[in-house]
Amino acid sequence: MIKPDRIVTTTCPYCGVGCNLKLHIKDDFIFKVTSPFDSPVNQGNLCVKGRFGYDFIYHPKRVTTPLARRYLLEGKPKPEGREQVFAVSTDGAPIPNSQISNLWDWVETDWETALNITADTLARIYKRDGSDAMAVYCCAKATNEDNYLLQKMWRALFRTNNVDHCTRLCHAGSVVALLQALGTSAMSNTASQVALNDVFIVTGSNTGENHPIIALQMKEAVRQNGAKLIVIDPRRIDLVDFAELWLPLKPGTNVPVFSAMAHVIVKENLINPDFIANRTEGFNEFIESLEKFTPEFAEEISGAPAEDIRKAARMYAKANNAAIYWGMGISQLSHGTASALGLVNLALLTGHIGRDGTGLNPLRGQNNVQGASDMGAMPFFYPGYQRVDNEEHAAKWEKLWNIEPNGLPRKLGLTTTEILSHAHEGGVRALFIMGENPMMSEPNLNETRKHMQELEFLVSQDIFINESGAFADVFLPATPFAEKDGTFSNTDRRVQRVRTAQPPRGDSRPDWKILCDLALRLESRLGVATSHWAYSHPEEILREAATLSKDYAGITYERIDKVGLIYPVPTLDHPGTPTLFKESFPRGKGKFISVDYVPVKEPVDDEYPFILTTGRVLEHWHGGTMTRNSVVDEVYPEARVEIHPADAEMHGIANNMPVHVTSRRGEIVLRATVTEKTTVGVVFIPWHFHEAAANLLTNDALDPQALIPEFKACAVQVFPAREGELANPENVLARGRY
Amino acid sequence: MAITLVMDGKELTVEDGKTLLDVAREMGKDVPTICYHDATTANGLCRMCVVEVEGQRALQPACVVQAGAGMKVHTRSEKVIRARKTILEMLDSTMDLSEADEIQTMMKDYNTDANRFPDAERRESEIKDDNPMYIRDYSKCLLCWRCVQVCAEDAQYTYAINFEGRGFETQIGTFFDKTIPETTCVLCGQCVAVCPTGALKPRREYLLQQGMSPQEISVLNTGRKKRKAR
Amino acid sequence: MADHNLTPLKPAIESYIPMGRSGLLPALHAAQKIYGWIPEPVAAEIARSLRVPLADAHGVIEFYSLFYNEPTSRHVIRVCADVACALKGADRALNQLCSQHGLRPGQTTGDLSLTIEPSPCLGLCEHAPAVWTMDNGQSTIGDGTKADTQPASMVYGPIRMLTANCGNGTTSLEKYGEYDALKKALAMKPEDVVAEVKASGLVGRGGAAFPTGVKWEGAAKAAGGEKYVICNADESEPGTFKDRILLLDDPHRTIEGMCIAAHAIGATKGYIYIRGEYLYIVPVFEDALNEARSAGYLNEQFDIEIRVGAGAYICGEETALFESIEGKRGFPRIKPPFPTTHGVFGKPTVINNVESLCNIPLIIGLGSAEYRKIGTEKSPGPKLFCVSGDVTKPGLYEVPFGVTLRELLEMAGGVANDKKLKSVLFGGAAGAFAASEHLDAKMTFEDLRAAGLPLGSGVVMVFDETRDMRQVLQSLGHFFAHESCGKCYPCQMGAQRQMEILDRVATGKPLEGDLIRLQDVGWTMTDASLCGLGQTAASAVLSAMKLWPELFAESGK
Repeated sequence: MIKPDRIVTTTCPYCGVGCNLKLHIKDDFIFKVTSPFDSPVNQGNLCVKGRFGYDFIYHPKRVTTPLARRYLLEGKPKPEGREQVFAVSTDGAPIPNSQISNLWDWVETDWETALNITADTLARIYKRDGSDAMAVYCCAKATNEDNYLLQKMWRALFRTNNVDHCTRLCHAGSVVALLQALGTSAMSNTASQVALNDVFIVTGSNTGENHPIIALQMKEAVRQNGAKLIVIDPRRIDLVDFAELWLPLKPGTNVPVFSAMAHVIVKENLINPDFIANRTEGFNEFIESLEKFTPEFAEEISGAPAEDIRKAARMYAKANNAAIYWGMGISQLSHGTASALGLVNLALLTGHIGRDGTGLNPLRGQNNVQGASDMGAMPFFYPGYQRVDNEEHAAKWEKLWNIEPNGLPRKLGLTTTEILSHAHEGGVRALFIMGENPMMSEPNLNETRKHMQELEFLVSQDIFINESGAFADVFLPATPFAEKDGTFSNTDRRVQRVRTAQPPRGDSRPDWKILCDLALRLESRLGVATSHWAYSHPEEILREAATLSKDYAGITYERIDKVGLIYPVPTLDHPGTPTLFKESFPRGKGKFISVDYVPVKEPVDDEYPFILTTGRVLEHWHGGTMTRNSVVDEVYPEARVEIHPADAEMHGIANNMPVHVTSRRGEIVLRATVTEKTTVGVVFIPWHFHEAAANLLTNDALDPQALIPEFKACAVQVFPAREGELANPENVLARGRY
Repeated sequence: MAITLVMDGKELTVEDGKTLLDVAREMGKDVPTICYHDATTANGLCRMCVVEVEGQRALQPACVVQAGAGMKVHTRSEKVIRARKTILEMLDSTMDLSEADEIQTMMKDYNTDANRFPDAERRESEIKDDNPMYIRDYSKCLLCWRCVQVCAEDAQYTYAINFEGRGFETQIGTFFDKTIPETTCVLCGQCVAVCPTGALKPRREYLLQQGMSPQEISVLNTGRKKRKAR
Repeated sequence: MADHNLTPLKPAIESYIPMGRSGLLPALHAAQKIYGWIPEPVAAEIARSLRVPLADAHGVIEFYSLFYNEPTSRHVIRVCADVACALKGADRALNQLCSQHGLRPGQTTGDLSLTIEPSPCLGLCEHAPAVWTMDNGQSTIGDGTKADTQPASMVYGPIRMLTANCGNGTTSLEKYGEYDALKKALAMKPEDVVAEVKASGLVGRGGAAFPTGVKWEGAAKAAGGEKYVICNADESEPGTFKDRILLLDDPHRTIEGMCIAAHAIGATKGYIYIRGEYLYIVPVFEDALNEARSAGYLNEQFDIEIRVGAGAYICGEETALFESIEGKRGFPRIKPPFPTTHGVFGKPTVINNVESLCNIPLIIGLGSAEYRKIGTEKSPGPKLFCVSGDVTKPGLYEVPFGVTLRELLEMAGGVANDKKLKSVLFGGAAGAFAASEHLDAKMTFEDLRAAGLPLGSGVVMVFDETRDMRQVLQSLGHFFAHESCGKCYPCQMGAQRQMEILDRVATGKPLEGDLIRLQDVGWTMTDASLCGLGQTAASAVLSAMKLWPELFAESGK
């Protein structure tokens, strides 16, 4: 047994559950992770990533020295082209197989040089092309403090709202729907309130793999409390084993199913008339829109049996306490907003909102996607969801940041997908990416690649050279969660501490320190002294954000030392707000918004006969920057395409066989898993694997309101390939559970 | 509702529905437990928490027996001490308790004889190092069941492990002794978290114990799998 | 290894699939009938079909000694290795059989044509040394010399009430006659039936001697519509064979008893859990059930399903038996809650021993007042004793409570071969030894309790003056070490340590301190074990230590 030198309590850096971790450290090496059994979030339970997947911080490929391309260090012109380079040139030697010129080699440098190059170049481009040329990707993995600083920097120094992060690619549809109908966008209740549900719906969420610890609470609710679970999902996810009812619908047919449920609830008079009268508006117009959505109509489109749609509607409506939990199967569609509105309407019809044990709960993906959004890392909002085009709001932030009146832009910024599509002469010229990986996470990656190559200057602040950072001009080595202080806000809206467990490795620095340093250098180059950048501790940053964001007003590090607080926390003695909307909705009344069925943008045809849907697996995280550089990669080393046995037989595909999957946009080769986990006509690919990146195939069609891409449905063809065509044929997934 | 009982001669009134262990702990009594864990269902396996309840022929496991009105409880009677001491001595003669700190403390407290059972058969087995996350050293396993319980309904609903054999020959095992990756295991490590003896342990901790340096360990998991350079 | 064709498995287990996990033991039995053992793919297919986690299914296979997950023949000869048979040369019989086939005990021939293994008590003590052969699904029993005969039951005694129909092969429904007692009970209100059973003073005959009427009352009053009646026919106590004879020779008496119980408590479903070693009873009992169904005694309101154990003594413990029916390892549960409110599947359950249930038609038929005229005031009714070992006429003896041990032995023709009595083991492996000073003890609950002897399940196993009791104790030690379920620590390790010490005692080489060591282990098991098995696993040993302390001393001989 090893006695730790210290045990540091912190928050898991992976998903939105926000599990509490205890890091056991000996000689600055984390050898064990436990979790307090009295944690209100995860009750001591962890998944493989939280328990074992932290080791990426020690990975030899982690970059802990600032890097710049040789051309920058030697003061030469930028060579033509922009290619991905993952390796670093040491001792000035050129990188073998460099595609362009040795001027494009990565060379180690010092912070002074790297930050000066960055500040000089950003200032030069801004002075030359103005605000619209500047853009930034904030980071749903980084802390609230890091994100607050980064959006502040771009808004206050470059006067642009071209600030976004990967929330755009996750729950933008849900966010827009909830804002329209209710006036706010987070989960209305906490996940652990599933213990109070007697009926709950899980839809478009493979909770068991993507929010494993919430899934445990769901399973417990079913097995121990006798709650009834309804799963509405195209895949036979593991929660189906716990469900009373599973509605296997075709990807992209949420709207007719949810509307048919509403139809049944209205026709069978299972509505909550008091709630509708007192808390909602737009009911009459809404019920007219439901007329055509009979369960039979929905069955024809979705494949989900009409009778089961009726049963689901009755179960949900008749429950004492029912809640809906959803994931990106709802939002990542070209009608993601409409999908989410369909769910909002169900809650408004039945009044299953505004009480403990009810609610509309979009399960947020990243550890701090909620917090990054709260901190204004979005093109339309300042921190606290204050619109940038609202005079009153803008004026407040101008005052706080010491900016002249009308100095902050009222113009809405570009979203993540738009930022890249605007990367051309006269458009976005400089992009700063903190911790994100658009070269894995954007749809239609071949297109993304072209856009990346169009940039004039790209800065990557990260811990690894990932697929996006490999395009950058400058690399700023930041620290991961275990080497910095700050806060994460989980999917429950619970703000929790992140603590330094060990000193930064090598020459790396915490993000907030890098950003403050860079901001000061920029201010001197731009000749402005606008705001305050000399923070001595991250708490000062959070307190600054909280001065104008009332949800966080009552949160101090001292108050969240042991257990986090669930915002809104409007005052320093407020206990937090696990359940929202008890009295009213932020917009006043909840608004029924009629939705229509719009098919997915790319229907299947003879040439591309399968619907491809994408998602994640338990062992991996997003683009893989962390998990592909962790021990967890050993137990899930390759991409697989799931195909139904009936389809597999028809197309001559056997389990483990290499196959091509092609769409109109790209092609990948990977092994097939023949399984009834997917349904006939639907194939599934996790998108973590650069060797067979699913997003080479996905469709970049956008939801018109939320501008979220349609990751969840595009048309593909599948046919056998040869072993040799696999990127790494020796890496075979061999697990009993898959 | 409150009830009144007598524990070690002291009359006390407690809330209904508490176990004798709850009551003893509230009173600051040292009632030892081995299999009991706040996060798992109490099964009364180890019988270390047994107490004497007047009128009951057998000793009663405090972790599951509810405090009842009028009970007269002795938490450290002669019979209780004999049972606890013998159980500890039998454990000591059966498995490797070198990393079970709490049990080591109990053995001192009960003044056990390390050689009480000479020539006794021990449960010994090879270390199972079959996955990159954790190792299983069943020579240290004292069958508290916690790992099986958290893998099942006490937490994970994964059911990767269960029992092999019966009686003294019982061991924790997988379906037909498959390696962990071949089972339904989700590698959550919850079993490791509740193991009281170091029978289950993170592989990193194990490798450190074996004398590997953090640097060597960090490189290890990058070299195990061949990957084409990109 | 031959590949395992799963085609015949699917139809064989189909009917168990709707049962879910509860169908696991029946499905494993069905599979073993096909394959002789349970290969991995077979186990996996069964687990998936019944939706039992694979590891759990494996845990179940591992728990029961009659399930094999290593290649085993469909032709198995098992020779009883327990006490009564050991007295009659079972060891020799086993070794002879083995050398005849060139096998070691527990071994299977390379071509899987034959397995020979020693077995815990087969419940054939009056035929010792007993052999049970399974060949291609067909069971035969016999004594060691002729493994292919089915010996007739040996039933004796001054009264023949419970055993009225025993001793002449199976009694058909036609011969048994109408279920008159059931008809009488059905005409009574359930609570009156319960009252009648309470008034009879009947206590359980399985060993624990709990008042049957009180049990019934508890289950009758328990809330809930779904209730169960279970007949515990997991007769595994070494030296006990009465239930085997009652079920084989007179199945309708048990069925009638169960039907009356069902009426009394409002049960709609019954189980009879027959130990795996009594596999040959299953078709006999199934025939009887069908007769009872045809006659309308069993119907939609109440029917009985047979469950077959698979080699686990612990499943005679009522809560372990429930677990087994539920398709789990036979781990005893913590009580409370008790079966009357939380029995099988967590529902109110009455579980009674075969002999107890056989008393029910008698009680209802005669009326409790008349019934109480049999036996003594405090131990009313007839009682079956399983007399085995060194007596002239081993067999099943029905007597009224109150005869003395001396009288019983006289009925059995006394100690065999004119030898003198050394000792009598009362109550089986979980019982205690008596010596000649107990000969005049009356065989009632109250008198035996006063003498410090358990009546238990009615075992009277006789040892003559030439017997080395250390061998007997060693055999008991091995029995408990083999049968401990391993759940609670005192029994899991105590039974093992007890066996090791008794091994040393048997070879005459105990270590210094073994006497105290054995006592500490024994008392710890007795005081601190979770269930009745552990609490009685040292009972016979502790009694022997009192009678013959010299056997355990260092210089002991």
